[in-house]
Amino acid sequence: MSADACVIRTRGLTKRYGHVLAVDGVDLDVRAGDTYGFLGPNGSGKTTVVRMLLGLVFATAGEIEVLGVPVPKRVGEVLPHIGALVEGPSAYGHLSGRRNLSLLDATGHPGPRRTRAERVDAVLDRVGLGGIDSRPVKAYSLGMRQRLGLAAALLSPPTLLILDEPTNGLDPRGIQEVRELLAELNAAGTTVFLSSHLLAEVEATCRRVGIIDRGRLLLEESMDNLRAPTGRILVHTPDVDRAHALLDGRVVERTAERLAVRADDPAALTAQLVGAGLRVTGVAVERRTLEEVVLGVVGAGSDRVDRR
Amino acid sequence: MILVELSKMLRRPRTWATVLLLCALPTLVAIFVAARNIGPRPGEGPAFLSAVLNNGTLYPAAALAIILPIFLPVAVALMAGESIAGEATAGTLRYLLIRPVGRTRLLVAKLVSVVVFVLGSVVIVALVSLLVGVSLLGGQRGSVVSVSGVDLTPTQVVGRMVLTVGYIGVSMIGVAAIALFLSTCTDSTPGAALGALAGLVTSQVLVTLEAASPVGPYLPTRYWLAWIDLFRDPILWRQVERGFALQLVYGAVFLGLAWANFSSKDITS
Repeated sequence: MSADACVIRTRGLTKRYGHVLAVDGVDLDVRAGDTYGFLGPNGSGKTTVVRMLLGLVFATAGEIEVLGVPVPKRVGEVLPHIGALVEGPSAYGHLSGRRNLSLLDATGHPGPRRTRAERVDAVLDRVGLGGIDSRPVKAYSLGMRQRLGLAAALLSPPTLLILDEPTNGLDPRGIQEVRELLAELNAAGTTVFLSSHLLAEVEATCRRVGIIDRGRLLLEESMDNLRAPTGRILVHTPDVDRAHALLDGRVVERTAERLAVRADDPAALTAQLVGAGLRVTGVAVERRTLEEVVLGVVGAGSDRVDRR
Repeated sequence: MILVELSKMLRRPRTWATVLLLCALPTLVAIFVAARNIGPRPGEGPAFLSAVLNNGTLYPAAALAIILPIFLPVAVALMAGESIAGEATAGTLRYLLIRPVGRTRLLVAKLVSVVVFVLGSVVIVALVSLLVGVSLLGGQRGSVVSVSGVDLTPTQVVGRMVLTVGYIGVSMIGVAAIALFLSTCTDSTPGAALGALAGLVTSQVLVTLEAASPVGPYLPTRYWLAWIDLFRDPILWRQVERGFALQLVYGAVFLGLAWANFSSKDITS
């Protein structure tokens, strides 16, 4: 597979439940080696798309290709190469985490029985559950269940990881660990498709972003492009008045200690200010945050029901 | 996959609780009968119960007659109703399917484990009640008299008990298939189990209803008691054969429906 080959490719993907259009003409392109953030408010159709990619839900119209294979027609061929976490982890509550994983390992495309315990231990170590005892899963905390779900997704080393809200229920340290794990896997060649409504999550993990709202893909762009400089530089200085006078005409916004200046080169701007004997406490190129981008294109989430 | 399903079933406390309950009822009846030494008069009460006072080795037949009308079908309906719906409720169905376990394979594995459960529990009930019967009601006091009034040799009794266990297992195919089909329709185990039981109750009511006699031969519970004919001498095969064929038809139809529904269904659980 060449470097820019599509790992996930959908064309006109549409799903209709009764007269509700859950997913409407979505064209996704996820390339090999991507960390792809699939962003959208609750109820925007993220999970339905994920389920269609995995052959759980059948599309009303459109085409899906995953790892070069048409889905759902030949989904059985690609699923062994996919690890997934769909809408939260699940396990048999009356069995231990280890037992759950070895049952899972024995189903589908079972690995050799002799090395089953080793494989299970390896993924448990990977997600930070190496020292887990034989407590049943129903006694696990939400964070532990989430880790167990990740372990299950990694059980047969995947070339594509499809994760739906993977850090749900984890504490800050846990979130950090999962980010590191994903970065590690990605560095080793795993493509990561991360579906989330958490901007910070996507911003911290992903290099490409697709934004979906009310079933429509609104944009698909690299994170660098989204966060390209806005052409403004933010200058922090205690001498706001003098700086304003010096840069008059280029100042677009002014607060007590900060000026927004239309300029491209922060070094030149700093040199100019310092050269004029002004004190400068900070200079930064203004970039749009992902939040601004998202709020710019997305309407209210579908969990909000306004009076008409 | 089949082995995994079986191991899951055997590791479930619920499975063993069900088997225990199935054994408990005949044991309770045996205790009462033995303590007071009063059996129902011949022709009344569960089949064979009057005969076991003479001979405890016949107690398995009586035990099966006791659990057959309600206990066993309820257990089977729960087990089969749980098969797919239970995985859906637990959220594990989606992870099984993306593992991937093919939908048809999963259905077959579930079916096999239900069949194993039915046969296993019938055999266990038969063995436990044999033990209970012999220890509480005594062993070979009198010879075993067949329903036709002729004596049966011990080998004949064993052979017919085996046939009975098999026939009762087959009798449950209909319920199991209906419950399995409903289990693919809903994410609620009680929904699927109760749906199948509702069908059975309807069938049992209609069987006794004179006015419903035109549909009688096609009702799933119509030939459930035909195994009593296995204790006649010579064995009367006609009803047993019909019951067997009828259950196979019910099984084929509802398993076909279950497969058609499950393989084309959106999994949103």
